[in-house]
Amino acid sequence: MPLIEVETTVDARNLSCPMPIVKTAQAMKTLAGGTIVEVLATDPGSTRDFVAWCKSTGNELVDQSSDGAVYRFVIRRK
Amino acid sequence: MTTAIIEPPVEVPIEAPAPALAPAIEPEVTPKDVLIIDYSGDLEKVWATMILASTSAAMGVKTRVFVTFWGLPAFVRDERRITGENWMQKMMSAMQRPGISHRKLSKMNFLGMGPWMMRRLAKQYHVASPKELLEAAQLMGVEFIPCQMTMDMFGLKPDDMIEGMAEPVGAATVIGLMTEQSVPLFI
Repeated sequence: MPLIEVETTVDARNLSCPMPIVKTAQAMKTLAGGTIVEVLATDPGSTRDFVAWCKSTGNELVDQSSDGAVYRFVIRRK
Repeated sequence: MTTAIIEPPVEVPIEAPAPALAPAIEPEVTPKDVLIIDYSGDLEKVWATMILASTSAAMGVKTRVFVTFWGLPAFVRDERRITGENWMQKMMSAMQRPGISHRKLSKMNFLGMGPWMMRRLAKQYHVASPKELLEAAQLMGVEFIPCQMTMDMFGLKPDDMIEGMAEPVGAATVIGLMTEQSVPLFI
């Protein structure tokens, strides 16, 4: 996939449910529509939670990856 | 040469499927928001309430928490020691210290050993405390609505409560929300 330029990062590493989602939602409020946000998390539940969160909030989950320890989500703000 | 005789398929009369029973009343609106009834003041249930309320708000869902009975003392300011006007109300608050940081477990409390271990474990596993979740929920616009009747019965005054609580309401408001627009959760 083409390289997407990330504009801002939400560091949710070492946070447990529901804080990665809560922190991301709070960060989104301060950003303009269309901003590309990268979220880093270590909570294994976040792989499903971010899919659900994007689906119900209408933000676009552009990419999802993991290096085994850290999960990375690239989200385009609605 | 063999001739295969292909018999025409036996026609089985297909009965028209019975029409599905139509619901007596078509729901006109689908639930759009969440209403949590926070009835319990137990540490683990207050925790669950805060997790669900903050997540719900983070998902862009309008979220209200109706705080009633044992749920209410959890929303008294942490530094308040004794609340109430008469001796019974005062004694009730003395028996169970109010405030979100002073909750007890419903099981395995063991004079505070249980909650202490629970909080230690939460810290170790990076789980946000009920207080942190409450603050996040309030920031994201979750409405915490006290029950007027419980406020009166426990002798709680608005200045006993944490900042940002909504105006107290009664059961009718809650039932109204439940039947018209909200998904209700009773914790």
